Amino acid sequence: MTKNYSGLDVSSAKIEKLWSGREDFQRIPELAINPLGDRIINAFFPEGEDQVNFRGFMRTLAHFRPIEDNEKSKDVNGPEPLNSRSNKLHFAFRLYDLDKDDKISRDELLQVLRMMVGVNISDEQLGSIADRTIQEADQDGDSAISFTEFVKVLEKVDVEQKMSIRFLH
Amino acid sequence: MLRAALSLLALPLAGAAEQPTQKPESLGEPLPGLELFRWQWHEVEAPYLVALWILVASLAKIVFHLSRKVTSLVPESCLLILLGLVLGGIVLAVAKKAEYQLEPGTFFLFLLPPIVLDSGYFMPSRLFFDNLGAILTYAVVGTLWNAFTTGAALWGLQQAGLVAPRVQAGLLDFLLFGSLISAVDPVAVLAVFEEVHVNETLFIIVFGESLLNDAVTVVLYKVCNSFVEMGSANVQATDYLKGVASLFVVSLGGAAVGLVFAFLLALTTRFTKRVRIIEPLLVFLLAYAAYLTAEMASLSAILAVTMCGLGCKKYVEANISHKSRTTVKYTMKTLASCAETVIFMLLGISAVDSSKWAWDSGLVLGTLIFILFFRALGVVLQTWVLNQFRLVPLDKIDQVVMSYGGLRGAVAFALVILLDRTKVPAKDYFVATTIVVVFFTVIVQGLTIKPLVKWLKVKRSEHHKPTLNQELHEHTFDHILAAVEDVVGHHGYHYWRDRWEQFDKKYLSQLLMRRSAYRIRDQIWDVYYRLNIRDAISFVDQGGHVLSSTGLTLPSMPSRNSMAETSVTNLLRESGSGACLDLQVIDTVRSGRDREDAVMHHLLCGGLYKPRRRDRAKDRTLWHATKDFPPVLHGSSVFGYKASCSRHFISEDAQERQDKEVFQQNMKRRLESFKSTKHNICFTKSKPRPRKTGRRKDGVANAEATNGKPRDLGFQDTAAVILTVESEEEEEDSDSSETEKEDDEGIIFVARATSEVLQEGKVSGSLEVCPSPRIIPPSPTCAEKELPWKSGQGDLAVYVSSETTKIVPVDMQTGWNQSMSSLESLASPPCNQAPTLTCLPPHPRGAEEPQAPLYPPSDPHPSFAFPPSLAKAGRSHSESSADLPQQQELQPLMGHKDHTHLSPGTNSHWCIQFNRGSRL
Repeated sequence: MTKNYSGLDVSSAKIEKLWSGREDFQRIPELAINPLGDRIINAFFPEGEDQVNFRGFMRTLAHFRPIEDNEKSKDVNGPEPLNSRSNKLHFAFRLYDLDKDDKISRDELLQVLRMMVGVNISDEQLGSIADRTIQEADQDGDSAISFTEFVKVLEKVDVEQKMSIRFLH
Repeated sequence: MLRAALSLLALPLAGAAEQPTQKPESLGEPLPGLELFRWQWHEVEAPYLVALWILVASLAKIVFHLSRKVTSLVPESCLLILLGLVLGGIVLAVAKKAEYQLEPGTFFLFLLPPIVLDSGYFMPSRLFFDNLGAILTYAVVGTLWNAFTTGAALWGLQQAGLVAPRVQAGLLDFLLFGSLISAVDPVAVLAVFEEVHVNETLFIIVFGESLLNDAVTVVLYKVCNSFVEMGSANVQATDYLKGVASLFVVSLGGAAVGLVFAFLLALTTRFTKRVRIIEPLLVFLLAYAAYLTAEMASLSAILAVTMCGLGCKKYVEANISHKSRTTVKYTMKTLASCAETVIFMLLGISAVDSSKWAWDSGLVLGTLIFILFFRALGVVLQTWVLNQFRLVPLDKIDQVVMSYGGLRGAVAFALVILLDRTKVPAKDYFVATTIVVVFFTVIVQGLTIKPLVKWLKVKRSEHHKPTLNQELHEHTFDHILAAVEDVVGHHGYHYWRDRWEQFDKKYLSQLLMRRSAYRIRDQIWDVYYRLNIRDAISFVDQGGHVLSSTGLTLPSMPSRNSMAETSVTNLLRESGSGACLDLQVIDTVRSGRDREDAVMHHLLCGGLYKPRRRDRAKDRTLWHATKDFPPVLHGSSVFGYKASCSRHFISEDAQERQDKEVFQQNMKRRLESFKSTKHNICFTKSKPRPRKTGRRKDGVANAEATNGKPRDLGFQDTAAVILTVESEEEEEDSDSSETEKEDDEGIIFVARATSEVLQEGKVSGSLEVCPSPRIIPPSPTCAEKELPWKSGQGDLAVYVSSETTKIVPVDMQTGWNQSMSSLESLASPPCNQAPTLTCLPPHPRGAEEPQAPLYPPSDPHPSFAFPPSLAKAGRSHSESSADLPQQQELQPLMGHKDHTHLSPGTNSHWCIQFNRGSRL
C-alpha cells in the first residue's frame, strides 16, 4: 500500500530520521505538549514493540488520508481501506481503550478527560462529565462505550473531514 | 396624516416637558400664565420619527408573522421591501415629496454596525477558520473579479451601442459602478440565508465572503472614485500601485483595529467584577468604537467590527456574568433585527423617489445579466482551484447555491447614493440600476432560493443538540491530527491551530480572562454545564405544573399545622430544646415544600448527573450550616441548606469565583437535598434510620452513639403516634382535597411495618409501569428501578427525556383511586413479603451497587457530632450523601422494623404514599 502515499515524499526525509524508535517520537517538542501525545505515539507502534518500520508507520498514517470519491471503485474487491470512516473511528477509539476490551470504561474515559481537560476541573466534576458522556452513548446499559456505541454517537460528525489531513492525498 | 397622529401622541409629553422658563417670548402676549398645552413637535421630531419608524417596522414584522404560510414562502426581507414600497408611495402621495429615505450616513453609522457586530460576535469561529481559505478567496479574488468583469463588460456593452448614449460614462465610471455593484451584501445574505438553512459550510462560505469582501469593496470604490474624480488622464502608474497597496492597508488595517479593540474589550471586562451592570454596555461601546475608528481612518469598518466580535467573544463570554451574557445576546439580536428591518423598509421607500433615478433598459438588463453570469463564472473558476486544496470539495450543487446566493443589498445602494453627480454624470442611471439589481436579488432570488435549495436537495443544516460525546471526541480528533502533523513534520492547518491554542492558553487567556474564569475554562466542561442547565430548565418547564400546584396548596393546610407541631415537638422533646410556635409554622411550610422538592428531585435526579464525590463535601457544608442554626430549624434540612446555599451564592458572586461554578454547586446541592427529602418522605423511616444508627455507631459523638438505639426506638414511637393522628385527621377531613391529604402526610409519614413498606415500594412501582410482584427493598429506588427510564443504570442517573417527565402530572384524583384499588389488591400478600426482608442485601439495586464503595456505609462525616435534635436533619442529610449504602445498612434496619408496630392508620397512609408514587 505504501506506494499509494507518494504525497508523503515531502516529509519522507524526516520520517527516515524518525522511524526507528519510540524515543524519536517522544523527542518531538510539539508532541510533548499534546495531551494525547503519548497515546498517539503508542498507536504508531505494534503491540509490545518499541520499533516501527517505515511500512508500519505508513500504515498508521494511512488512516488519515482523505476519502476520495473514486476510492470505492478502486478497492471494491480488496479489504476495507485504512482510511475508511470506520477505520478512522477505530483509530480514535483505540486511543481511549487502553485495555483493548473493545469498551471504553469509565476509568478509561476519566483518564483521557484528565489529560484533555484543564487541571482546574475538579475530580468530581470530571467524574460527572465522564458519567454523562457514558450515559449519552451507552445503549446496552453496561456503563461503558462499545465501539458500536462510539460510532453511533459520532454518526452526525463529519469524521471523514475531521480525521483527515490534507497533505496525505 | 402621520404628523397629526404624532402630535396627538406627543401631547402628554409636551405638557410634561414644559418649563416656565423656556416659554418663547414670540407669543406676543405678556406672560400668558401657565399653559396647559403646548406643542413642541419640532423639539422631538427627529428622535420621534426614528422611534416611529422602528415601531412601524416592528409592527410590520408582527403582522407578517401572523401568517405562517406567507413567511414560510416569502422571506421577510422581501416583505419588508414591498412594505417599504407601499409606505414610500403613501408618503410620496401625502407629502408630495419623497421623505425618509435610506441616507448613506445613517446607514453606515447606525444601521450597519449592529448587524455586522451581531454576525461577527456570533460567528461560529471554528467553522469560520476551518473555511478561511475559501472565504478569503471568494471575498478577495471573487469580488475583484466581479467588479472588473462587470465593469468591463458594461463598458463593452456601451461601446457596442446597446446602452443609450445619454448614459455618459467612461470605462472608469463603469469600473466604479462595477465595484459597488459586485459586492455580495452581508445584510441581504444574512436575511435570506437564515431562512434557508443550508448546511453550515455553505452558509459560512457565502456569509463570510459577504462580510470580508467589504474591505475589497471599500478599496475598489474609493480607488475608482478618486480615479474618476482625478480624471482618467491624470492617473499615473503609481496611483495603481497605491490602489493595490491600499487594499492591504484597508483590509489589514481594519482587521487590526478590530483586534485591538477586541483585546481592549476583553481586558476591560476582566475588571468588571463589581460593576456587572455595565458589562453589556462595554461590549457594545467598544465594538462601536472599533467601527467608528476604522471608519475614521478610512479602513474597512465592517472588517473591524467583524474581527472585534470574533476575537473578543471567547474572553468576554468567560468574563462577564451569565446575565450579562444573556443581555448581550438579546440586545445584539434585537438591534440587528431592528436595523435589518429598517434597512429593508427604507430601501423600499427610497426606490419610490423617481427624482433620483433615470432609467435605461440596456444598462439595467445588461447589469443584471452580467452580475449573475460573472458571479457564476467566478464561483466555478475559484471553486475549481479551491477544490484542488480542499479536504472536502465543494460540489456542483454547492456552487449553484453560492452563485445564486450572491445577493446585493443596501451597501451597494448606499454607496451609489454617495456618488458625486458632478463627477459621475451617469449617477442617476447607476442609482436606478442599483435599485433594480437590489430588488431583483432580494425579491426574485430571495423568493426562489428556497425552492431551488429544496429542488437541488442541498444538504441542509441539521440542528442537533450538542452532545458531550461529540465535543469530547472532536477534541480528541483535533489532538490526533495535530499530533500526526507533528510526527510527520508537516506544518499544516492543524499544526498552526494547535500552536495557536497553546499560545492562547498560555498567554492570551491568562491575560484576558479573569483568574477564576480561566481556571474553570474548558470547552468540554462548558458543554457539560450547558447541557445540565438545559436539562434543568426543561425539567422545570415540564414539571412546573405539578410543582406549582402542590406548592400553592401547601401553606393553607389547617391540619398540617397540628401535625407538624406534634412532629416537631416530638423532635424537640427528644433533643431537649424548646420550640417556638413560629418556627413550627415555618417548619410545616417546609415540609410541604419538601414534598414538592421531592417530586422535583425525582425528576431531576433522573436527568442530571451528580458528581459523586461532591456529595460528601456538600454534606459537610450542609452539616456546618445546620450546626450553626438553632436546632429547631433543622427539622427540615432542605431549608436550612437552601438558605445557606443562596447566601452562599451571593457571597460567591461577590468573590472571584464565577457564578458558573456556584451555579453548578448549587444545582448539585439542591439535587442532593431533593434527594434527601425524597427519601425522607417517600420512603419510610427505615431508610433514614439505618443511616442514623450507622452514623451513631461510628462513634462520632460517643455519648450520643451509645444512646443511638434507644433514641431510634423512641423516634419510631413518636412517628407511630403521629401516624395515627394523621389518619384520624384524614378521616375527619374527608372533604379536604386530595392534595391536602398528601401534604398532610408530610414528614410524619412513618409506616414502620416492613411488609407494608415492601408493599408500598412495590405498589409505587407497579402503578407506574409494570405490576411485577417483585420483592424490593423499601428503598427509594424501588419505583425507580421499575421505571423505564431508570432501567439499566442506577447510579448514573439516566437522562430523563421530556417524554418521561410527562408522566409526572397525574391527576390527583385518579392517582388516588388507582392507589386505593391497587392497595386493595395488594392487601393480602404482605405476609408473604415480610420474610423476604431479610434477603434485602442480596437484592441490591443492581447498577447502583458499584457506587456504593464510594460511600462507606459508616459515617461519611466522622468529624461531626450530631446533637440529637438534628436527628431528622441528619437523616435527610445522610440520604443525600448516600442513597446507595443504605442498601447495605438496610439489614440492621430490618431488625428495627420488626420491632415496630403497625399503626392502625397505616391504611390511609398507604394510599397517600401510593398516590405519591404514581406522581413520581
